[in-house]
Amino acid sequence: MNALIRDIYNSTHEFVRTFGAFQLFFLRLIRHSPRMIVRRPGLIVKQIYNAGALSMVIIMVCGLFVGGVLGLQGYANLSRFNAEDSVGTVVALALIKELGPVITALLFAGRAGTALSSEIGLMKATDQLAAMEMMAVNPVRRVLVPRFLGGVIAMPFLVAVFTCIGLFGAHLVSIDLLSVDVGAFWQQMQLSVSMDDIREGIIKSFVFGVVASLLAVWEGYNAMPTAEGVGRATTRTVVISAIAVLILDFMITAVML
Amino acid sequence: MQQTRSVEIGTGLFVLLGMSALFFLTTQTTGGDTFSASDTFQVEARFENVGSLKSRAPVSMSGVTIGRVTSVAFDPDTLDAKVTFVIDAKYNKIPDDSDASILTSGLLGSQYIGLQAGGSDTYLEDGSEVYFTQSAIVLENLIGKFLVSSSSGDDE
Repeated sequence: MNALIRDIYNSTHEFVRTFGAFQLFFLRLIRHSPRMIVRRPGLIVKQIYNAGALSMVIIMVCGLFVGGVLGLQGYANLSRFNAEDSVGTVVALALIKELGPVITALLFAGRAGTALSSEIGLMKATDQLAAMEMMAVNPVRRVLVPRFLGGVIAMPFLVAVFTCIGLFGAHLVSIDLLSVDVGAFWQQMQLSVSMDDIREGIIKSFVFGVVASLLAVWEGYNAMPTAEGVGRATTRTVVISAIAVLILDFMITAVML
Repeated sequence: MQQTRSVEIGTGLFVLLGMSALFFLTTQTTGGDTFSASDTFQVEARFENVGSLKSRAPVSMSGVTIGRVTSVAFDPDTLDAKVTFVIDAKYNKIPDDSDASILTSGLLGSQYIGLQAGGSDTYLEDGSEVYFTQSAIVLENLIGKFLVSSSSGDDE
């Protein structure tokens, strides 16, 4: 019984400690960010390319099909109430407020987050980070900050592209395939989507960008410097990012409603 | 060098694409009012009941949007609703005895003001008022009337 209590105490203690270390890590990245933006913008551009431009294909393909399936489902269910003209509204609101940011964040964690954490983990395992420190180069500043900022900057753009392609997919399915009236589709959408909805989507995409990149960088930096450790860190990046994104999504929606 | 260039081009393309997507979202999916004339004149009308008419609702004539509602307010003196709307200045030959009614687009759609042309030789101008108005049809009232008439029919 005593052992059980001690175990619970230890794991709680460990959790709180890790959480605190995570916050401090975040503050450290933020503190080094302005200097890196001014001094080494090239490094950040490279990471925007890695996290953003290289994720473009998966974002576009997924967006097209998510939009398409929303169009199909929206049509199938709304036509029961003779309301197939509202397909545009349903798809646009769903994509802009929820699915765009959330699915993009999940894809981002899977595509860019894993790449980040395994790259950083491998750098650590092969002592590259230690070598930098030996050369008086701060690895947090030189390696982690550009990767973090690249992800944060890339994410809102990815979400915007995902949402647009999704709308295009819904347009294809509902107008060309199911012959919904094109005027009704766009007009109903424009009547019910407000600037606040778009603002909510942008806020979410920004928050998710920060969370997903931060978790990827954190897991990579704290990976055990072995082959197994790097693999485990990569898995943890995806799992924890997905959980964090979905919980935060609920909280942001509840606050903004 | 070649590699740096392709990274830069890729990033540039990515950011441009992202920005144009954001621009598309903010301009094409929102707003709703296709009406965006800069030169307008203001007209008001009083309704007994405006239903769920809101500001920014379209004002249309023969089905074409010619203006937009700017404010809907309750007037405590006359105990009715005062609706102010602006009309594109190029439509300056609307007879001032035209009548305004609050209509609904579709069965459950949003409400708008429909203007029906009158026959006067004087025209609506800035600050004029539309005197002939027809209130919104409130579905509950309609159902109430229908129930009353059907139950009184049963009594006979």
